[in-house]
Formats: sequence, C-alpha cells, structure tokens
Amino acid sequence: MPDAAIAIPPRATERRLPGARLRRFVPWALLALAIAAPFLLSAYNLNLLARFMAMAILALGLVLIWGHGGILSLGQGVFFGLGGYAIAMHMKLADLPAGELPDFMVWSGRESLPFWWQPFASPAFTLAAILIVPALVAALFAWAVFHRRVGGTYFALITQALALAFATLLTSRQDVTGGFNGLTDFYSVFGFGLSRPAVAKGLYWVTLAILCLAFIGLRLLLASRFGMLLRAVRDGENRARFLGYSPTPFKVVAFAIAGLLAGVAGALFTLHAGVVAPALVGVVPSIEMVVWVAIGGRYSLAGAILGALAVNLARDGISSAMPELWLYLIGALFILVVTLLPNGLAGFARARFGGEGRA
Amino acid sequence: MDSLLFLTQLFNGVSVASLYLLAALGLALSFGLMRVINMAHGEMLMLGGYLAYLTLIVVPGPLAILIAIPVAFAGAALMGGVVQTALISRLAQRPLDTLLATWGVSLILQQAARDIFGAIGVEVRAPDWLGGGMAVGGVNLPSTRLFIIAVTIAVLAGIALLLKRSRIGLLVRAVNQDRMMAGAVGIDVRRVDLMVFCLGSGIAGLAGVVLALLGPVTPNVGQSYIIPAFLVVVMGGLGSLVGTTVAALILGLFSALAQIFVDVSMAQVLLLLFVILFLQARPQGVIAIRSRALDA
Amino acid sequence: MAFQSSKILALAVSGLALALASCSGGGADGAAKGDGVAVGVLQSLTGTMAISEITVKNAEMLAIDEINAAGGVLGKKITALVEDGASDPSTFAQKASKLIEDGGVATVFGGWTSASRKAMLPVFERTGNLLWYPVQFEGNECSPNIMYSGAQPNQQALPALEWAVKQGYKSYFLVGSDYVYPRTANLILKKHIEKGGMAVAGEAYVPLGGTDFSGVIAKIQSAKPAIVINTLNGDSNVAFFKQMQAAGLSPKTLPVMSFSIGEQEAQAMGAALVEGSYATWNYFQSLALPDNARFIEAYRKKFGADAAITDPMVHGYLNVWAWKAAAEKAGGFDPEAVRKAAAALGGFDTPMGKVSFAPNQSLVQKAYVGKLKGDGQFEIIADSGADIAPEPYDPLAFPGKTCKL
Repeated sequence: MPDAAIAIPPRATERRLPGARLRRFVPWALLALAIAAPFLLSAYNLNLLARFMAMAILALGLVLIWGHGGILSLGQGVFFGLGGYAIAMHMKLADLPAGELPDFMVWSGRESLPFWWQPFASPAFTLAAILIVPALVAALFAWAVFHRRVGGTYFALITQALALAFATLLTSRQDVTGGFNGLTDFYSVFGFGLSRPAVAKGLYWVTLAILCLAFIGLRLLLASRFGMLLRAVRDGENRARFLGYSPTPFKVVAFAIAGLLAGVAGALFTLHAGVVAPALVGVVPSIEMVVWVAIGGRYSLAGAILGALAVNLARDGISSAMPELWLYLIGALFILVVTLLPNGLAGFARARFGGEGRA
Repeated sequence: MDSLLFLTQLFNGVSVASLYLLAALGLALSFGLMRVINMAHGEMLMLGGYLAYLTLIVVPGPLAILIAIPVAFAGAALMGGVVQTALISRLAQRPLDTLLATWGVSLILQQAARDIFGAIGVEVRAPDWLGGGMAVGGVNLPSTRLFIIAVTIAVLAGIALLLKRSRIGLLVRAVNQDRMMAGAVGIDVRRVDLMVFCLGSGIAGLAGVVLALLGPVTPNVGQSYIIPAFLVVVMGGLGSLVGTTVAALILGLFSALAQIFVDVSMAQVLLLLFVILFLQARPQGVIAIRSRALDA
Repeated sequence: MAFQSSKILALAVSGLALALASCSGGGADGAAKGDGVAVGVLQSLTGTMAISEITVKNAEMLAIDEINAAGGVLGKKITALVEDGASDPSTFAQKASKLIEDGGVATVFGGWTSASRKAMLPVFERTGNLLWYPVQFEGNECSPNIMYSGAQPNQQALPALEWAVKQGYKSYFLVGSDYVYPRTANLILKKHIEKGGMAVAGEAYVPLGGTDFSGVIAKIQSAKPAIVINTLNGDSNVAFFKQMQAAGLSPKTLPVMSFSIGEQEAQAMGAALVEGSYATWNYFQSLALPDNARFIEAYRKKFGADAAITDPMVHGYLNVWAWKAAAEKAGGFDPEAVRKAAAALGGFDTPMGKVSFAPNQSLVQKAYVGKLKGDGQFEIIADSGADIAPEPYDPLAFPGKTCKL
C-alpha cells in the first residue's frame, strides 16, 4: 500500500510555518478546556460529550488495527458489548436486595442466578473482566482466523457475521442477558449513586483520563518497533515472513489491544448512557464505528478522536432536525471520504494546513 | 427423532440453500474476478423486489411474475453497472475501501427506497399457479419453493454455459486466471469487470423477485440475506461456481437441520461457528484454486 | 508527528466546541415560560420502528393541535418539542434527558418498544418527570414516572386466550419474534393454558426481522395445533403468512391469532394474505362510536384520506388529552401532581369509548377480538364485555408480585 508514507509524514517543513510555535500550545489549551468542561457545559451536554469520548477510545483501537495493521474489523461492537455487559451485570447485582433476582430474570421465568453471573457481584472481578474478557475473546478469534492465513476481505466479512451472531445470541437468551431490552435501570456503581451530579462529573474525568492514557499509550506503541513491524506486515505480509517475522502474533496482539480498548469504551459508555443493549453492539453500530475512523482519518489517532466526536455530534444535531437527510448525508459523506480522502479529515487537514503540498 | 420433520427440513435446507446461492452468486462472481465485495449487493435484491412490484402493477395476470424476472434482472444489472463505473472501478486495488464505500451506497439506496415506496413495504403476491404443492412420501413440497429451486438450477446452468461456451466466458476466465497477462494480450479488462459486475447484480435482482414470493419487499429486505450470502462467499473459495454452490448447500442444510434441535437464533450462531471451524480445516474454502502466486 | 497530531486535535476540539455551543443554544423553552407550556414528543422517526411510530407521533401532534385550537391547557398554548428516538434504546434515553434537562418539558409522550421504555425509565425517575407510554406491553413494570395506557397482558393476551378457549381450541402453538414482549406474553399464556388443562403444542422464536420460517412451519406441521398465537413483529409477519400459505396453511385451515397486526400492518401486508386471521386489541378502526368517527375524520383530514388508524395511535392521542385533563385538575404542570390527578380523573371519553386510569397508572379498558376482512378492516366478533382493570403482574405467572407506587 502506498499509504504507508502518509502515515508518518515528513516533519521538516513544519518549523518554517508561521505560528508553529503557537500551535504547540494548542493541545494543552484543548486539554485544559476538556478538563474544565464539567463547569462549562449543561448536565445533558456533558453526558453527551462523555459518551462520545468513550466511543473515541474504541476509535483509537481501530486506528491501530485498521490504519496501521490493515485489518478491517466490522465487528468491534462485539468487544464493546462484552465490556458494556460486564459492568452492566455488576450494576444489576450491586443494587439488588439480598436473595432477589434482577427484574428481567423474574419476568423471563428464571428462578436462580446463573453461575457465571455470580462473580460479577465483586467489583474487582468486574474490573478484571472488563480488561481481560474482550481482549481474550479478540485474541482467540483473531488467532483462529489469522493463523490459517485468512485475512483481508474475508476477515472483514467474518467479523461482520460475528457481530450479527453476538447480537442475535444476546437477544435470544433473554433470561440471562435481558434480551432485546438489554440491561438498564442502574442506580449506583462501586457505591457511587449515578444520579448525583458530582458522580457524573467524576465519571467524565475518568473517561477523559482513560482517553488520554489510551492516546499516549498507542502513540508510544505505534512509534515502537512493534508499530513498525505491524506496518511492515500490513504492507507486505509475505515480505515480513521472508524476513523472519511471523505476521500472526503481530496481528493477534494488535487485535487484542483494539479489543481491550473497545471493551473499556463499552464499559464507560454503559455508565454514561445507562443502558447496554444488542442494538448497540450489532452489525450496523459496528460499521458506524468504522465510519467515525474513516471520516476522521484511519492513520491518525487524533483524527480518530475527531471523527468519533464529530460524527456523533452531527448525528445528534442533524438526525433530530431532519431524520431522512441524515442517512443520505452519512452515506454520501462516507463514499466521498473513502474514495477521495482515504486519509480522512486528518489527512485533509495535513495537506491543507500542513504546508507539505501533498493532497 | 421425528423422521417426517427430518425429511421436511432436508427439503427446506435445499430450498434455503437455493435462496443463499441466488443471493451469493453475483457476489462470488465479482469477488473472484476483482477481489471486491459489494456491500450494496443486498440492495440489488431489494431493487429486484420493487421491480417485481412495479411489473405486477403494469402487467397484471398470472404470468406477470415470469415477466418480472427479466425486468428485475435488467434493472439491477443497470444499477450494478452504474455502481461499478462510478465507484468500484475507481477504487481498484483497494478492496477494503470498496467494501466501505459500497456500504455508503447501500445506506443511500435503502433510504431512497424508503422515500419512494414508503418504509412500510409493498405487496407482491405469488400467483395462484404457485399456490399448491405436492406430497412426496408424506413430505409437503410447496410449489413456490420448488419453483425457486428450479429457477436457481436454471441460473446456475446458464452461468456455467456462459462461462464455458461463450466468447465472453472465455474472456472472463482469462482475466480470472491472470489479470495482468489478460490485459497485456489486449483484453479490455475493465469491460470484462463491468460485464461480470452487471451480470452479478442482475442475478441478485432476479433473486429479489423470487424472494418476494416468500418474504416481504421492504427497503431493508436486502440486509436479511446479505450476511448468509457473505458466509457462502467466504466458504466457497475464490470465484468458483462449484465451490459457491457446494458452500450454499452445506450452509442451507446446516441451518435447516440445526433448527430441528435449536431455535432459529441459535442456528444462526452455530452457522458462524461452523464457518470458522470449517476455515480451520480448509482456509481456502471448498474449492481451492492452486496458484503459485504469493499474494493471491 | 507531534505537530501534526496537535493540529488535528486543535481542529477536533474547536469543531467540538462549536457543535456543543450550537447544541446548548437551542431548545431553552421552559415549562414555566409565561405564555406556553413545552411538552416532548419522542418517537422513532428513523430506523425499523419509524413506520409504526410516526403514526403515533402524528396522533399525538393532532391532539396537541386540537387542544391548542381550543385554547390550550390552563390558558397556555402547548409547544411540542419533537425528537427522534431512531429505533435505538440508548438514543431514546439520550433524547429523553435532552427534552427534560435542556428543553425543560413538562411531560413527554412517546416510546414504542419495551426496550425504549426501559431505557428511558431511569431518566424519568432521576428527573422526576412523567412519560405517557401508548403501546401494549408485557407488564412486570410499574413506575410512578410512567403512565401506561397500552394494554397490560391481562387486557390483550388473556382475553384473546379466553376467546380461543370459548371457541373450543385445545392445543396452542406460540410463534413470536425473539424479544421481550413475545417471550413474556407467551410465558403468561403457557401458565394459563396449562392451568386450563389444555396443551402447548410448541413454541418458536425467530430473530427480529427474520424472514426464514421454513423450520418453524415444519414444526407447526408436525405439532398439528388447533390454533397459532402469533406475536411476530413487523416484516416477519409478511414472510410468515406467505410461507404458511405456500405450505398450504391459510388462516382458513389453521386459525392464527395475532397481537401485533393492526389495520396499518394488514394494509401493508396485503389484506388478502392475512384475510380471516384474528387479532385482539383495545381499539379497532371499525369501532362504531361517534368519538371514533370524529377522530378518524380529523386524522385523515390532516395525514391522508386513506390513512389506517390503529390501537397505539388512539392510545397516543388519548394520552395527550388525559394529560390536559389531569393538569387542569391538578391546577399546574408539576409531574407529581399531574400523575396523581390522572389516576383520580375517573372516566373520560376517547375514540375507544370511556376509559379511566387505575391507581397503578395503567388504563382501565375493554378488549375486542376482530377478524380480518379482505379490505384490511377488522370485523369485531367478540369483546370482553366489562372494562378490564389492568394487572401489571400476572398472579399466576408471577405470584406475590404487586405494583408498589
């Protein structure tokens, strides 16, 4: 792929630009603004921003696997859902009077708590599950597919089927998953009442901190030897193989990290949205996750954050005002970005404002 | 186990397989040739359904459905040609981007159908001569399903003939084997791409007509068939007619027989697990094309 | 690379700031605003549920317009803030809090799927606002912040079963879409069928939107039930009836009782396909009542001369009128006072006859059994006689559960 060069653009011309020094302060100013957001925004808008930031964490994972690994996953909703359901199960159990069952189990005719629900009563187990389960499932799935050298388009199609199967399974096992309704009606997490404004602010800062952490971590990872080899595998799997590197471990590890980020994103999203349901993890939401990153810029971490925030905000605004228009708009935007701006808005910004003269 | 249920499901498996195959054939043809997947393929099915609806309005009568088939074929082929020319040919060598761009097309087509025909779907009635059925050994075989199986066999035979016997088929096989070489000897590769894409879309349009006999015609009807069709393509192997047919049969029978023991939702989940396990054994699909090329 | 990222980040956040600014700029119409009162109308205008929910939105808007034309509520004109739930539960929750917290609405009319209601419930409980929910549902819920006007299971599913028992059907096959309402309704039905000494011949679920019924129909054929109870949703019904017909099972040879096929669905499917099948609702368009005729005329004048009128639309319509009456009785728009006043309203006239809200905030109403005719209308062949008091928890299926408000 010729795009590799774009992924790490030359920086030499940069310093000559006027205002370059000023720009160095921009990220810090923005960070300060983001930290101050709870004091600037209404409760509703803060909640919205927090949700979209959670989604941005997932988008970062897509930059790793899709932009730098060449792996297109149309099934990130699965890992998002695993994280979301893990925290939701904990919250369902935490608010429960002793000896009672979660409401949906009662009306589904279940008489006892399934054994695999029980450990989720423990906060420590839940946190561990959020970190481990999505990553582990992602690793196992990726290994099963990649070690037989199935990749590319096949992989994308299989991940889409995985998203369908996951959503179908969640829907059909209503007595243990809450079915189509999903899990909702939470009152507290780890002892903090969710309706308190202070808790909402705290959760926002936690989300922001995790987003920053993921951003920094991935930047280091992409700049490391691992990142380089991942790009090498993307650009020529067999070349990497001849040089003595087996591509499978790189792809599996990258996919597992993306799975981990998706799981954390799902857990945070569930906290902010107050609901997790199959409709949030199925085929269409999984593709939409790719849309954020395609529009923001698949090679750029900052671009992915931009994409996730911008697309979701636009949807919130436009779909209320003109619901029919939204689908045409997102469809057309997607076609245009993919065909004309494969590096997304980030690539466009670089070409337009970066002074490198490449379009 | 209820042996009558088993036999009925065996027949249903073949019937479902024929639907999968009709939905997947066009995908498999163009995937074999260009290595691209058209996510808007499901909307070609939808288009076929709506064209059947329109045809039934213009020419009422018992045989209208037979007229609808070529009409839908032509309409969907035309739409396919537009998508191929305007979009896919510009994304050559970027198969994953093609996947995404065509998803945008699929969104737009669905919303367009919603705006033109309404979200609620339209009525396509099976003609009366497809009403009955026949009983073989106690198993009731509905005429509609027999008709669809017959159409599938006819389409398969038609494509096989086209590929094996016609000049166009020769060109397609040449490009399939070695795109660069075919181009070098003067074959207009892009025209071959366009023809195959139109043919594939046309088959989907035709499939949309027969699907309308058993299901609804709505803006999102394509979405319910597209994922099984993808699985058929993944399992069938690169562009092989035989491989695709066998894969459709395996998946159709698997799904129908699984439904004897589990519900439909679980059967869907098992179907995916089955495909992943199958790829462990045969990563190249049912029919593997042997090639010395490194990056197939 | 550091410079590059920072620039993009700058772009990102400035865009974000802009968008947020434009967000918070809109909809600051408070309920307390001098000359008007804001209410929310929250239905899916896009996505799979839009087809049904838009009609309910229309009916709710019709009621609002009529009330405004007649002078408003407590001398205030109603301003409707319409939001799109996009057929997605988390969007419903998001838009509900937008309406309440940013829009300052006095109350919200909306929701269709159980999933949307469940997702909105915590928002209404947290903010102390009130939701008017217009669709039949599976019960097992009783929140002080929701008025449930759609049928409880004992107002639709059980009357349907009673009718079937009276017809002498002894063996039942339950087919449904794979989601909460069908599964819970069938759970309740099964308990009652078994208690009545009859047989459940089989039970099958198909994923929402599913179109392959070959396996389900094979199971029906091998189970040979006397009647099929159908809780399929939307498009699946078309596939189900087409494939039943192809298999030689028309509603005439094997009766089908549906809980989700109304006038609109019948019209869309082609009434010929489902002619002769049964449905149970609290309202049919064919109800011969003067108020009903008036409502149908008003709706058609506004939204099309051949528009089909369905049960949830009438519930959405009567919700708005009930809210007006309750607010006037309470003398203000405080949700707490309004809901208490609503439960104490007594009987009021609606297109479906005189109804009232019970203390558990669900509607006391009749049930009707209709048989579908070739023109897409139902011929009412039986009714429950007396009004049925709503029971959120079926005593047989969920013993010991009661509604605590």
